[in-house]
Amino acid sequence: MTTIAPSKRFQLPYTISLEKRVEDYPKWFPPAITIGAVLIAFLISGIILKLIGGEPLRVASFFYEATFGSWAVFSDTLVKATPLIMVGLACAIAFRMKLWNIGAEGQFYLGAFAASLVVLVPLVPPESPKVVIIGAMIIMGMIGGAVWGFIPGFLKARFQVNEIITTLMLNYIAISWNNFWIFDRWSDAGFQMTPTFDKSAWLPRLADYAREYKMFSGITLHLGVVFGIIAAGIMWWILERSSWGYEIKLIGDNPNAAKYAGINIARNIVLVMMVSGALAGLAGMSEVTGVVHRLQERISPGYGFTGIIVAWLAKLNPFTVILVSILFGALIVAGREIQPSGLALMLQGFILFMIISSDVLLRYKVRLTRQTA
Amino acid sequence: MNPIIILHAGLATGTILLFAAIGEVFAERAGILNLGVEGMMLMGAMAGFSTSLSTGSPMLGLLVAILAGGILSLAHGLVTIHFQADQVVSGLSLTFLGTGLALVLGQGLTGQNPPLVPSFDIPGLALIPFIGPVFFANHSLLVYVGYLFAPLTWYYIYKTRPGMHLRAVGEKPEAADTMGLNVYALRYFYVFVGGCLAGLAGATISLSVSPGWFSELTTSGQGWIAVGLVIFAQWDPLRAAFGGYLFGALRRTILDLQGPATLFGLTNPLYINPNFSFFLQMAPFILTIAALVWGSRAAIRERLGAPAALGVPYIRGERGL
Amino acid sequence: MTETPYAVEMEEIVVRFPGVLANDRVNLTLKRGEIHALLGENGAGKSTLMNVLAGLYKQAAGVIKIHGRPVSFNSPKDAIAHGVGMIHQHFMLVPTQTVTENILLGLDEPRFIMNLPHYDQKVRELQAQFGLQVDPTAKIWQLSVGEQQRVEILKVLYRGADILIMDEPTAVLAPKEIDELINTMRSMVAQGKSIIFISHKLHEVTAVADRVTVLRKGLCTAEGISAKGLTQADLARLMVGRDVVFSVAKEEQAPGSVVLSMKNVSAQNNKGVPALRNLSLELHSGEILGIAGVAGNGQSELAQVITGLRPCEGSILVNGEEVANQPPSKAIAQGVAHVPEDRTKVGSAPNMSITENTIMKDYSSEPIGNGWSINFTKARTRAQKLKKMYDILAPSVDTMARKLSGGNLQKVILAREISTNPRLMVAVQPTRGLDVGAIEAIQTLLLEQRASGTAVLLISEELEELLSLSDRIAVIFDGQIMGTVDAKNANIDQIGQMMIGSKLETL
Repeated sequence: MTTIAPSKRFQLPYTISLEKRVEDYPKWFPPAITIGAVLIAFLISGIILKLIGGEPLRVASFFYEATFGSWAVFSDTLVKATPLIMVGLACAIAFRMKLWNIGAEGQFYLGAFAASLVVLVPLVPPESPKVVIIGAMIIMGMIGGAVWGFIPGFLKARFQVNEIITTLMLNYIAISWNNFWIFDRWSDAGFQMTPTFDKSAWLPRLADYAREYKMFSGITLHLGVVFGIIAAGIMWWILERSSWGYEIKLIGDNPNAAKYAGINIARNIVLVMMVSGALAGLAGMSEVTGVVHRLQERISPGYGFTGIIVAWLAKLNPFTVILVSILFGALIVAGREIQPSGLALMLQGFILFMIISSDVLLRYKVRLTRQTA
Repeated sequence: MNPIIILHAGLATGTILLFAAIGEVFAERAGILNLGVEGMMLMGAMAGFSTSLSTGSPMLGLLVAILAGGILSLAHGLVTIHFQADQVVSGLSLTFLGTGLALVLGQGLTGQNPPLVPSFDIPGLALIPFIGPVFFANHSLLVYVGYLFAPLTWYYIYKTRPGMHLRAVGEKPEAADTMGLNVYALRYFYVFVGGCLAGLAGATISLSVSPGWFSELTTSGQGWIAVGLVIFAQWDPLRAAFGGYLFGALRRTILDLQGPATLFGLTNPLYINPNFSFFLQMAPFILTIAALVWGSRAAIRERLGAPAALGVPYIRGERGL
Repeated sequence: MTETPYAVEMEEIVVRFPGVLANDRVNLTLKRGEIHALLGENGAGKSTLMNVLAGLYKQAAGVIKIHGRPVSFNSPKDAIAHGVGMIHQHFMLVPTQTVTENILLGLDEPRFIMNLPHYDQKVRELQAQFGLQVDPTAKIWQLSVGEQQRVEILKVLYRGADILIMDEPTAVLAPKEIDELINTMRSMVAQGKSIIFISHKLHEVTAVADRVTVLRKGLCTAEGISAKGLTQADLARLMVGRDVVFSVAKEEQAPGSVVLSMKNVSAQNNKGVPALRNLSLELHSGEILGIAGVAGNGQSELAQVITGLRPCEGSILVNGEEVANQPPSKAIAQGVAHVPEDRTKVGSAPNMSITENTIMKDYSSEPIGNGWSINFTKARTRAQKLKKMYDILAPSVDTMARKLSGGNLQKVILAREISTNPRLMVAVQPTRGLDVGAIEAIQTLLLEQRASGTAVLLISEELEELLSLSDRIAVIFDGQIMGTVDAKNANIDQIGQMMIGSKLETL
């Protein structure tokens, strides 16, 4: 029981006290709290925008128009949501084990890099059928991310090195690594990008079928979104139905109990980090083959970090990750065009803050009592 | 590759990490892990820079930077101390929030030239050969403050009454509580101190070491390196200061490696192909990881560790059984 | 001096926790210069009442008077200022700081810069006055449990407390240390201090207390009655509300084949200090071997090496299979069940449901799992069956473990461990902190295990429990077995001697 007691000198007419919840809350309560928290985050950001001379309402209506206003822009939103789904899942599985992988950004870059090797080296003959090339890119992308996840996993399992710092450091390393190859080896006429891949290395897009179905013209949604949905399904089964998922949950809740139950924690740390990395790597691969069709600088506008918020906002539930990704995909689409540039980031920060603050309402009842004395 | 220049510049760069890491030492010693150092530093850098620009007073800029970092950290304090939220997630959101706010509020600052924190020689000491030009000549005021700051904080933490209370709150808050110390208030205070120092570290960049506002590139990950240094330093401010200077010097060496055509009589690969500098850019991050591995192994061997209550919210009256 | 003979008067104290009335109009008076026992079962509200007096909790209603004057405490600091000091059951000491630093914690002196040698000297003077020897410059983690308790007492004496609250001070001490503590208490009372001491051990109450207050489920069942002439049975009735059987019935039974055989086992504790030294013992099926000893003499490590949670040297055979230095899964596969010492930190997952907590040991084997997936329907059905069988009080099997009371959580753990049909059960302090009803239930379950042929290694600090349940009792001291005696004709003095380091042969 904790009490925020007012000091003796400043007597408020009411005391606010937190009381531990004993009884369970109704089913609708947690989602309602979450939605409320997100709305408050929007409100605060709006106020700040107003204070610095912006027009929050116009920004809001622009936001809606630019993200959900038509099929074309909604498809843009979904395109941005696609990597977020996979990165969000990557974070969700790691966070379930209380493994703080905040290196999804780096794993994303390594996935993009490794997948591009298939075309740039090339690892398979360029004239191979599309299925072979794309298949090889999927495998390479996942391996690339998994390798980048393995390093901090191994260091934690073997030397108990704090994974928060190592995964973060590896983000910076991954970006420099990528840049070296883009600038030095594969630069397209001195630009900060490789030449565009051959069409055989492109993921199919709806726009490709515009000739058959007119409505798809200009719709850039690509097959990556299907990868994301399949991954969410598999992840749900792993986390909720499999023995491994049970082990992950148990380690996350109480590592001592997990050890006592005969679970090998070190092995699970490495495995989960690798799977988490592989998912982020798959997101990188999907972005390279589905959207930009080449390896370039700044291929991610911070998907790896947004994925952290997505996972947390989704309460680490794989299917909710999909929904939350769409909201954040919209934020990224709108954020590209809204000035000032940090607005989307600030909004994300407020949302995450509000979400974790609102959790206190699930554990405590807030009680207002009128001051008697 | 003049060692005097490298060491001189290293001390200046190291001062940034020194302030940020010692700030984090305070917060973690009180039991609160604050991963938002990067965000608080950016806020400090932005606030200091823009204040100096609009008022013409870099000193006022430093003060505002300190307050900006401190106020931002109180958000983390509220969420983790009163709401008992996960400190890792809260720290991450503080990073997003600080970065986002700094970018929003700092638009238009790029390319401006506000007055900077003054640099000067220490009379007498500056004349000592080698030592003088490295340590006591043409340094910013903040570097000299850093020299005094590290030993003073060490003395404060280990040899004074409030320092003893600080250690108690992070090691065994229930003991502190039963002896009449206000655990919540002390934790808020040291989280605030940590935020202030992170803000100061940010302003050290923008108003002294590498003046200017370059959006998120202003700090470019140094906040995270500072968090790593705290583990490497085993929560000791003197070791944190040493680590900060070491990293500062290394960073500087890396920059200087790109200049000369030959190194130790061999052709400098960086001179021929500047793209190799991407590998050099990785170096501080690789070194941080190496330092962490080293620090963690030492901690296991010596059975040292983080403050026992680090990351654990304190709730009075919830007992084990 | 004021005219009232009372140092403390607590009148009609009410304390509410969410969903619980912890103290319901409780009265307690403490005369100057007396030792007053506060007696009650776990959860009766003793600690709560004393935490109110120590300023940690605030009462919802009721008055506290100190030396006749009404007081209102908002923090422990206020209580200390009125001369009330509490010695907590779980020591409130900072392990990484020295004795003197711990004593100075929270005081307004020294002003800023600590001059520790000066205060070390002051602490030594205080020690001499009350006969509480401990090195002021030692770090707390280097001290024995008894020494740490002395630091706790010194802490309140240093603050000039004349009213001392001692929360179960004997729970962690060896018989000889208990005698020393009682002497210290008598010497403090002789020097004008007044003491309230909390206990649930009846013989101590009758031995030291002048008067007794008894609590049951938050209510007073006896208010300051004289301890003279009270029998243990009287107290027990007041405490529990009915007559208490002091031992559970145990059938005679011949032990079977050897299940556990440990030879020359040595291990270190978490600080790298040897905790087990060349320890050897044997345990048969259908037998309960009790391990007696003062806390911290290697009992925890003993349980951990058998269950694979701690590396060791030497050989540990379970059914002839080596389990020493193997992962815990190996011991589990050999049919070793483990009721761990700490049921919340080790034995259960707080944010997982009862169902999920009951499958911890067999989630990957039939019928619950197939190695890949878990059949949660089956797991739930079985959990419901266990809940009924073991009388676990909870809204449903989906209730999270952290919402269970200590006794119900312990039943979940025992239900899980027993349902694996173990050949060896290692039970560490299985009844600690439980109320009488739960203790009886747990003890009965252990005896049922014995009857069904399981070998039970029972590690406990409650000598009475060991005497009533065990077939044989081995006494552990400093990581070695001092001797093994038959429980039936055990001599308590002999066991007490072994607990402080005498070998059986020398007695």
